[in-house]
Amino acid sequence: MTTATHAPGRTGTPARKPATMAQALNQALRDSLAADPAVHILGEDVGALGGVFRITDGLTKEFGEDRCTDTPLAEAGILGTAVGMAMYGLRPVVEMQFDAFAYPAFEQLVSHVARMRNRTRGAMPLPLTIRIPYGGGIGGVEHHSDSSEAYYLHTPGLHVVTPATVEDAYGLLRAAIASDDPVVFLEPKRLYWSKSPWSPQEPAEVEPIGRAVVRRPGRTATLITYGPSLPVCLEAAEAAKEEGWDLGVVDLRSLVPFDEETVAAVVRGTGRAVVVHESSGFGGAGAEIAARITERCFHHLEAPVLRVAGFDIPYPPPMLERHHLPGVDRILDAVGRLQWEEA
Amino acid sequence: MTVLDTPAWRPRTDAAPLLPDPEPYRLLGTPEAAALDPALLRALYGQLVRGRRYNAQATALTKQGRLAVYPSSTGQEACEIAAALALQPQDWLFPSYRDTLAVVARGVDPVEALTLLRGDWHTGYDPHTHRVAPLSTPLATQLPHAVGLAHAARLSGDDVVALAMVGDGGTSEGDFHEALNFAAVWQAPVVFLVQNNGFAISVPLAKQTAAPTLAHKAVGYGMPGRLVDGNDAAAMHQVLTEAVERARTGGGPTLVEAVTYRIEAHTNADDATRYRDEAEITPWRGHDPIDLLERELTSRGLLDDALRSGTAADAEEMAASLRERMHTDPQLDPMDLFAHVYAEPTPQLREQQAQLRAELEAERQS
Repeated sequence: MTTATHAPGRTGTPARKPATMAQALNQALRDSLAADPAVHILGEDVGALGGVFRITDGLTKEFGEDRCTDTPLAEAGILGTAVGMAMYGLRPVVEMQFDAFAYPAFEQLVSHVARMRNRTRGAMPLPLTIRIPYGGGIGGVEHHSDSSEAYYLHTPGLHVVTPATVEDAYGLLRAAIASDDPVVFLEPKRLYWSKSPWSPQEPAEVEPIGRAVVRRPGRTATLITYGPSLPVCLEAAEAAKEEGWDLGVVDLRSLVPFDEETVAAVVRGTGRAVVVHESSGFGGAGAEIAARITERCFHHLEAPVLRVAGFDIPYPPPMLERHHLPGVDRILDAVGRLQWEEA
Repeated sequence: MTVLDTPAWRPRTDAAPLLPDPEPYRLLGTPEAAALDPALLRALYGQLVRGRRYNAQATALTKQGRLAVYPSSTGQEACEIAAALALQPQDWLFPSYRDTLAVVARGVDPVEALTLLRGDWHTGYDPHTHRVAPLSTPLATQLPHAVGLAHAARLSGDDVVALAMVGDGGTSEGDFHEALNFAAVWQAPVVFLVQNNGFAISVPLAKQTAAPTLAHKAVGYGMPGRLVDGNDAAAMHQVLTEAVERARTGGGPTLVEAVTYRIEAHTNADDATRYRDEAEITPWRGHDPIDLLERELTSRGLLDDALRSGTAADAEEMAASLRERMHTDPQLDPMDLFAHVYAEPTPQLREQQAQLRAELEAERQS
């Protein structure tokens, strides 16, 4: 687990105006490029356009085409060449334009990125970051809304990280780029425009990768979530007060490493847990988390750990996606099924 | 001005100079061979003979259960050796799984080069020591690595060329296409060597491509394609050396197709009689890379009994050492399984580590 350091020399009392997650990610890339000449950004449209989500806005202008490079349109080629650059000692940061457009790079990811350190007995670690905008809720047409985290977390050798707040977007991306291991950095695209008082001149403390955080303490049950589902869970917890439930919310922030200690400690306190994510439930992250909670906290549990996830269907067309995405009602419905009558 | 006058309507590159020769380039047995450096010919000869002996020894080791599998490059030694000798020490080699000979000729320890195929680990050597990437099993996936490494070296201002090896079957893979395209767009200092040995396991080239030659594929990317007799060690060495120097001096990538033949089956686990006749192999036996070189050396009076027997003895000594060392069981520590998954193990890996440690302890006590 690696901690990124801040660029030195930041003093004064910066204004904490609302900033978007997109701005925080952009600042994290800018600060990483400035801090380490080995950092190179590669991707489609990351240059003059600044990326389709503008996350690389201005970076080519500021750092030059060699540091922030528009590549040919070929994801396996982007990741494959990034592997070679990392083999030579650079620290590439790759942008995959959309979740579903990252699949052509899957073989490079699974067969090389995840294995190179292991294959070479540590002689050739690959310090590279693969940024992938993921998830739905933006009205995207087919292939623009997948939640692909289960593919990655099932691949030993990869870290899988996903921020849910503006502060974490900065801190975790800095940490990912500074990591000597490959990090799949999943950016919840429907939170790109979420705002929070955050100043690029005074970024939040950078947390090491692999620590969950309690976003809301609660006594009666715990919602465990990450990325795009965090605001939904916080909203559900607020709404649950009317039902007389005091729900806590845990933001995992990192699926690999999975912070089992924090999750287990919180669930032992409440005895009830619901795992919430928008990717399909079958074989998903929630299944693993629920199994681990059951193994570790069985005697503290008042009810089976439930999952609220996307249906096991191909991601729906935008006009139907609201039925697929876990919303407040579906989360509260699950909470209602936590065997309260026996309590 | 109309759109027809705009740059988009004009070819970016003149295709004609990129086209390969109509026939595979040859040197041995031609008048041009007279100009070849005797020291180079002797060095190639020594390496080819060693290489063939290495292949025979490794194949024997599979029969003795000392190697899990061995994809032999017998008949393709000229390609393997020329690839290694065309590079400078600071350059990088990106081999596929059939390229153990090139890896050894580059200086990697002959036993460490077999780690993957013995199965005691995935790679037995530190890639940085001799600048040899791990043997790549997934086809053509190492080619974009070579492009990225060469690109990174150029960005760093370093004088480094990458030479990447792939087979005829590998040219059908998407990574082949993407690597060549990136290399040409970036003008990366890379050389792609395709060993066209006729077969992808059982599938002949005719079912692999409809291209005039594999070298012609270069033209579509805007890089030169060279067609070479892959059994002519001198021609291979010359063409690869030129391509490496072209890359080194900013000329960009080259695709070299070496026309050769896989004399053995795909691996010791394959049965080639199911898909090809012995009659097909016979003409290739008459166009053997070592024979071709011996004839040249003999005709120029460069191959006397001392060189012949000295070379053979050197190869035997290498084989004996390989045999002896490979007959020693490797010392394996199962706990290594967890050592290099991440820089630091995850909490879950620590648990699993403890589990295996306990299992090993129980085994020791039983």
